[in-house]
Amino acid sequence: MAKKILINGSEFEFEDNLTLIQALEVADVEVPRFCYHEKLSIAGNCRMCLVEVKGAPKPVASCHFSLSDLRPGPNGELPEVYTNTDTVHTARKGAMEFLLVNHPLDCPICDQGGECDLQDQALHYGINKSRYKENKRSVENKNIGPLVKTVMTRCIHCTRCVRFTSEVAGTEELGAIHRGENMEITTYLEKGMTSELQGNVIDLCPVGALTSKPYEFHARPWELNKTESIDVMDGIGSNIRIDSKGSEVMRIIPKYNEDINEEWISDKTRFIWDGLKSQRIDTPYIREDGKLKPVSWNTALDKITGLMKKIEPSKIGCIAGDMVTAEEMFLMKTLLDKIGCHNYDCRQDGSNLTNKYGRSSYIFNPTISGIEDADAIVIIGSNPRMESPVLNARIRKRWLTGQLKVYHIGEDYDLTYDYKHLGTTPESIDVNKMDLKDCNKIIWLVGDDVFLRDDGQDILSIVADCAQETSSIREDWNGLAILHKHASRVAGLDLGFLPKDSTYAAKHMADSNDIELMFLLDADEIKINNKYKVYIGSHGDRGASNADIILPGACYTEKNGFYMNTEGRLQQTNRAVFPPGDAKDNWRIILELSSRIKKSLKYKNLDEIRKDLKKNYPIFNNLNEIAKGEGSSLKILSNRENKPSDNKFINTISDYYLTNPITRSSRIMAECSMQKNNKEIING
Amino acid sequence: MKFKKWLKTVKNLGLVPDMLKAQDKIFTNIYGNNSSNLKSSLNRGNWDSTKYLIDKGRDWIIDEMKSSGLRGRGGAGFPTGLKWSFMPKEVKERPHYLVVNADESEPGTCKDREILRHEPHQFIEGCLLASYAMSANACYVYVRGEYVNERYALQKAINEAYDSGLIGKNACKSGWDFDMYVHHGAGAYICGEETALLESLEGKKGMPRLKPPFPANCGLYGCPTTVNNVESIAVAPEILRRGASWFSSLGKPNNTGTKLFCISGHVNTPCNVEEEMGIPLRELLEKHAGGVKGGWDNLLAVIPGGSSVPCLPAEQCQNLSMDFDTLKELKSGLGTAAVIVMDKSTDIVKAIARLSYFYKHESCGQCTPCREGTGWMWRVMDRMAKGNAGVEEIDLLLEVTKQVEGHTICALGDAAAWPIQGLIRHFRPEIENRLKK
Repeated sequence: MAKKILINGSEFEFEDNLTLIQALEVADVEVPRFCYHEKLSIAGNCRMCLVEVKGAPKPVASCHFSLSDLRPGPNGELPEVYTNTDTVHTARKGAMEFLLVNHPLDCPICDQGGECDLQDQALHYGINKSRYKENKRSVENKNIGPLVKTVMTRCIHCTRCVRFTSEVAGTEELGAIHRGENMEITTYLEKGMTSELQGNVIDLCPVGALTSKPYEFHARPWELNKTESIDVMDGIGSNIRIDSKGSEVMRIIPKYNEDINEEWISDKTRFIWDGLKSQRIDTPYIREDGKLKPVSWNTALDKITGLMKKIEPSKIGCIAGDMVTAEEMFLMKTLLDKIGCHNYDCRQDGSNLTNKYGRSSYIFNPTISGIEDADAIVIIGSNPRMESPVLNARIRKRWLTGQLKVYHIGEDYDLTYDYKHLGTTPESIDVNKMDLKDCNKIIWLVGDDVFLRDDGQDILSIVADCAQETSSIREDWNGLAILHKHASRVAGLDLGFLPKDSTYAAKHMADSNDIELMFLLDADEIKINNKYKVYIGSHGDRGASNADIILPGACYTEKNGFYMNTEGRLQQTNRAVFPPGDAKDNWRIILELSSRIKKSLKYKNLDEIRKDLKKNYPIFNNLNEIAKGEGSSLKILSNRENKPSDNKFINTISDYYLTNPITRSSRIMAECSMQKNNKEIING
Repeated sequence: MKFKKWLKTVKNLGLVPDMLKAQDKIFTNIYGNNSSNLKSSLNRGNWDSTKYLIDKGRDWIIDEMKSSGLRGRGGAGFPTGLKWSFMPKEVKERPHYLVVNADESEPGTCKDREILRHEPHQFIEGCLLASYAMSANACYVYVRGEYVNERYALQKAINEAYDSGLIGKNACKSGWDFDMYVHHGAGAYICGEETALLESLEGKKGMPRLKPPFPANCGLYGCPTTVNNVESIAVAPEILRRGASWFSSLGKPNNTGTKLFCISGHVNTPCNVEEEMGIPLRELLEKHAGGVKGGWDNLLAVIPGGSSVPCLPAEQCQNLSMDFDTLKELKSGLGTAAVIVMDKSTDIVKAIARLSYFYKHESCGQCTPCREGTGWMWRVMDRMAKGNAGVEEIDLLLEVTKQVEGHTICALGDAAAWPIQGLIRHFRPEIENRLKK
């Protein structure tokens, strides 16, 4: 219902389900706040957002005061709200002074300095001189793990972190002990936090009480270059801001995107940055006498062109890894097609996902924000908490409203919400076992790991059949959802970066002797036997250590590139820093390679590549948009004959923190992994 | 002036002197002269025609309570009948609850304790009637953690009532099912705040909730709930039996009925006593508490309603009528009617500093002004009591109390600020003299 109110004398109209602070925000009236956060429950404890409501005996906290509670005056006058009266100023000034009396004011040595809510608001509402002559409270710091550093004396007890862990992360790890001014925020018995989303409490903390441990004393916010980009650690492509100083990435923080990650990012996304600096390949290498020797670009490229001329095209292969951009795959594919080679695959993990049944058979059709409309979700062979913690938080958010039924088929996990466990084998995918009668919008979430089984497509066919049966696939709702773990997979399938002859899938190419020369585009998760290997990539990891020639490439913070996320949404990374040493953008490497062989590609720069890419694949035209898949093509899939085995579903992520070359190069990720596995951290 | 001479002079001042007549007393066993068991309670008139009262219907009970003019006895003085009428008329999908606040922790107050000890049946009967009036089938009594014997006494009485069919299924054969549960607190003062009490009852940390929504709309487990003080509930049966007009004929307009006063401090015989509202303070002290130690002229100050209301100096106590409105006019309050008497031997600054310490210790720490302000106020008060502060800090202290007052989630912030404000209002020269030394 619309409601008219007077704010500082001018009339406004709002829906009455808003709170006062939301209405004031719409009316462009600034209201200071510490404890209030849009994505968390309302605590109303900081008392900074007090406003005056005509008729109310005391100033009211605008964060929890609902517009529907505003009463008209005795003669039907409009309710009046004031934010600029003396009462309001005194109240806010008072709250500010109270917050500061026990705050250490150690801004010069505080990492939050420069982006601190308390600093900013003290500028407006603070008194320039302290009237507090007593000793300040000091609180012991807590050790809550390798990611979050605590300086608890600075805490202003807004409880945002407590609410975040219990509501969004779903781990209930942080809490407040003691009372009054002795209240302290801590984990139970100072245990380390275990949530995969714990880094978000750093952003949420309005002061410097919770700061990033790895980033400790590294940089000041005003010296950082800020680049908006996207993350490639998992399939959803969280929006991030890369903060860099000179040639180094100093930290990664989330960028608000309601459709994908809201305001959260996972710890892997946030703390990966030290992995971007270590184990980097900064010059080309060639293996001679079993040892890798640094060489010049010319030598390395000449050697490769020599080989390419010598070897029959059908004996050349290429495997793209999990973090390559769409442009790179497009370029590689065009080049190989031109020389008459069709042995390329973007599925290094041996997945049997295919684009045969249309786009809707391999993307997350209901979309991530669609989870909030769903009334049931059936999770099949997936552990969303490990595969995409942010998406899992979205499921939890919906579950908390009490309007989502969750069914799970696969290994038993703690997903941070309750679910009905139906079984561990494909045979449990049975509509009759679920109570879906009243459900209108059902999500059938199929994990990436399902396609690592030989019967992956059979299971997908069964799921599609169930979805059809429950009419989950229709004009306004497509409930089939594939949750990808890898950032580049959807684009690879869109581009058809798949072998023409399906027997030449990644695994076959790696093992058989049919292939003599193998290009590895950032592919580290596959073991290649008995052939000449060219590794194009950024990190000296598994792929590089086995390679015969290494060409140093750029990683995602160093290049501009398209990625399709699991929803099929096109997004792009932006370059924040330059690749180290002699390393180059991967597309440039492929172009240089092509210029040395006869069938060279006629692109000059990335724009031209993109132009051609968009021409050939129109779905790459709309940035940040989802190109929907055709639901009708799923009929063919569901009608497909299927014979699933009765093997149990298994999860292949053995360690959440160590899943790709960048994470394996990161010391922070190693520490997290050790903490999780209860291993001692060795200093040195 | 001698008491008897004084008594003659006040007759014309609109006060309500003369002791409460024995037949008008509601709590006849408040001193425990008789047993608190069911048999003895029945003899005293408890559980008399309860079914008849219930049969008269909800509206009649609530109207009767409204017209009796009973104001809540827990401190705030909100009209009880009006509070009951805020509950939804019909029970929809959410059940209704009655919660009784027996977390009597206000320093100086010990009236509910006597009711639980010696008049539990009167209280249980009140719970039944109140629950019926608000369509609640369940009543929770939140008893202060330190009241160990009291909760045993209450539980014993509840068991007796269950056994005799007075409560439970078809309570008093009225057709109304009524269950009563006793919950033990853990000794936190803040759990006496109604929403903190509900949180605590739900098993959470006792921190006050934001209002609105008020408990009548969204209380215990999100259901419509009324939270009442023990005394408010315990007087209800007698009001209903004797009629609203009887109750409202006692006391003063808008401050009707009788009230349990808890007199402590520098009096010769500290006691709990039931008296009419509006009784002159001097009469209360002289007749029931044996007078101020060292005579009336030795009086320094009185805290008239429990630790959280501002104190009044002796000159204001002279013709003071003990009722909500008079005390409010004097910028104090009747609160729980816990009269704390201080004679001239009292170090009033130190006394109030001790109260400040209490509030600092009991602040729940949820909202900023109270969490930080109570500690600040106590530290300044502490130094003032020792004479270790500057005169200019009196104004600072006053300003700090103003910054806390009215800006917090619950009333604990106000309660911490008021005693200090009262002190500075009335005893500023006293503090100044000390600080100048």
